[in-house]
Amino acid sequence: MTIGISRSSATGPAGERSGKGAQIRLESVTKDFGLAHPAVDNVTLTIEPGEFMTFLGPSGSGKTTTLNLIAGFESLTSGTIRLDSQDVSTLPAHKRNLGMVFQNYALFPHMTVAGNIAYPLRERKVPKAEIERRVAEVLELVQLKGRDKHYPSQLSGGQQQRVALARAIVFNPRALLLDEPLGALDRNLRAALQLEIRRIHREVGTTLVFVTHDQEEAMNLSDRIALFHDGRIEQVGSPENLYAEPETLFAARFLGDSTVFALGDQPVTGPVTWEDERWAVDAGTVAQRARSGGPTALVVRPESMGIVRDRAQVPGGANAVRARVRDIEYMGAYRTLVLGVGHAGVSGRARIPAADKNYAIGDEVVAWWHPDAQRIVAA
Amino acid sequence: MTTLLEPSVAAPAPARTSFLTRWRARRSADPTPVWLTIVGTMVALYLVLPTLIVIPMSFSEASTFVFPPRGHSLWLYRNFFTNDRWLDSLRNSFIVASCAAAIATVVGTSAALGLHQLRGRRSARFLQSALMFPILTPSIVIATAVYISFLRWHLVGTLAGYVLAHAALATPFVLATVTSALGTFDPTYLRASASLGASPWRSFLTVTLPLISRGVATGAVLAFVTSFDEVVIALFIRSPRFQTLPVQMYNSVVVEIDPTIAASSSLIVVTVSLIFLVALLGSARRTSRPGSANNRRSVVRRTR
Repeated sequence: MTIGISRSSATGPAGERSGKGAQIRLESVTKDFGLAHPAVDNVTLTIEPGEFMTFLGPSGSGKTTTLNLIAGFESLTSGTIRLDSQDVSTLPAHKRNLGMVFQNYALFPHMTVAGNIAYPLRERKVPKAEIERRVAEVLELVQLKGRDKHYPSQLSGGQQQRVALARAIVFNPRALLLDEPLGALDRNLRAALQLEIRRIHREVGTTLVFVTHDQEEAMNLSDRIALFHDGRIEQVGSPENLYAEPETLFAARFLGDSTVFALGDQPVTGPVTWEDERWAVDAGTVAQRARSGGPTALVVRPESMGIVRDRAQVPGGANAVRARVRDIEYMGAYRTLVLGVGHAGVSGRARIPAADKNYAIGDEVVAWWHPDAQRIVAA
Repeated sequence: MTTLLEPSVAAPAPARTSFLTRWRARRSADPTPVWLTIVGTMVALYLVLPTLIVIPMSFSEASTFVFPPRGHSLWLYRNFFTNDRWLDSLRNSFIVASCAAAIATVVGTSAALGLHQLRGRRSARFLQSALMFPILTPSIVIATAVYISFLRWHLVGTLAGYVLAHAALATPFVLATVTSALGTFDPTYLRASASLGASPWRSFLTVTLPLISRGVATGAVLAFVTSFDEVVIALFIRSPRFQTLPVQMYNSVVVEIDPTIAASSSLIVVTVSLIFLVALLGSARRTSRPGSANNRRSVVRRTR
């Protein structure tokens, strides 16, 4: 699969940025470790200057390998990587001028915070006075003023990751690569550092590639998400785009919850049937990749699914299906009904108001949704 | 049992708590058994006492070997430090051991780094075993082999000959200590340094070497000591012009029946112990220093 995206990031939130970062172009990038499947399989992608791009995917999907290929830690099997049209495919990592942040921080334990941050500047033979000035500057940027004499082991995990971030940006790299940087932190700290990373990205304006397996994190942070699956890019787009208009069942399932009705090979240009139900199809909700034939599935997000007691209450024009309440999850702001849908008891989810206590486990109900709120994807 | 559970701040219970109870309470929940302590002490004494016996002997007044030593005197030490033969051999040993340790440290460290890169492959395991050969081979076999080949190369009795033979013998010790130091070395550091612009050689100097320095230093000390007390090869390739201290000691017992050996042995025992003590203390200080590997790992664990 090949997706060439050239949507300019000059619009939207990226518009105010200085655009200091480099453009990263992956052209048919493949990495084969000699296993059954290539780790990265013919990936083509353009990351625009100043863009916040997230590589999202389950473990083993090739997202980290792709990042390592960009960083120069692994050699390409085939394909080309360009930074601003310069071919860097065979350039060693230390000459690529890319900042990298690792999941386990990788701060040098034998150097102080200041020593760690000064490291890339010393390697570049920057004069001492300027090193001091820039270290102080970047320490302020990551809000760690006064910690310069500490050793990494004296800092908390969140502080260590900020030092790692400071070290990776202090030499004005052409792009910043982050490999699951928040993976080792607890939930609250993650949220705080997500904000921090967004802010630093805004202030520095560099191109940023962020690897994560956490879909919430990807949605919160990114300008665009590249969804990885089995070494290929499943779909690229803005978080809104990926959530609202998934192309494949994998994309629909990986980002957010949904109820999935397998449609088999039936044509999806007109109304579709599932068990003994017949549903209207809105042409705008059929994914590009579901139109070319082959198995498809109809997915409905929990917030699009309404619940009523019997069919008479279903609004006109809506699609409906019988369901049984299997479980009720109270989420504070709302309740989630866990459903067994249809005769087969396909697992489904519907969101209802938190105050709605009308349903009990075992109730027979009718689930409904508007045809324009469903999505038909390639299965 | 209840006494064990009492908090230590509680007022001391009256006479009923015996010394034994309190002693038990002070011990940890899973204490070392008394018998193990006794056995351990006895083994330690068995290992150390024969070496320590030479120290009182070295202060003896007698001109032959007698134990227990008779009287107190420093004449053996005066002998040692005024006799050119003893002093020359001591100097020779120092030169040989220093050069051999330097070569072994460089070669052993390089080998350990190279093997670390290849780890997991069969060739690496094979090479590792091959490099450990000098430790496993009986020294008399090595000595014979060295003697035969050095005869042909005209290295018998030369400084270069001693240094080369001892360096080969000492390299496995450096290899072993550096390999174990690399075991805890996180290869991500090298990716980090590369991403920050350091070439592989700069990365080695600024990141790898400082972090494995303890292994390298331990290896160097072991290499020095290995060469310093090596006697079998030294006996084979000695010449009247060039002798190391162990050979001189051997001669003094077998040929001259000279008790000065007691003084020289004591000096060696004390010197070697001091070297190890300094190395140990040095490494202990490093361990408690912030930023050492142990501390770092515990912090990471805490934050996870």
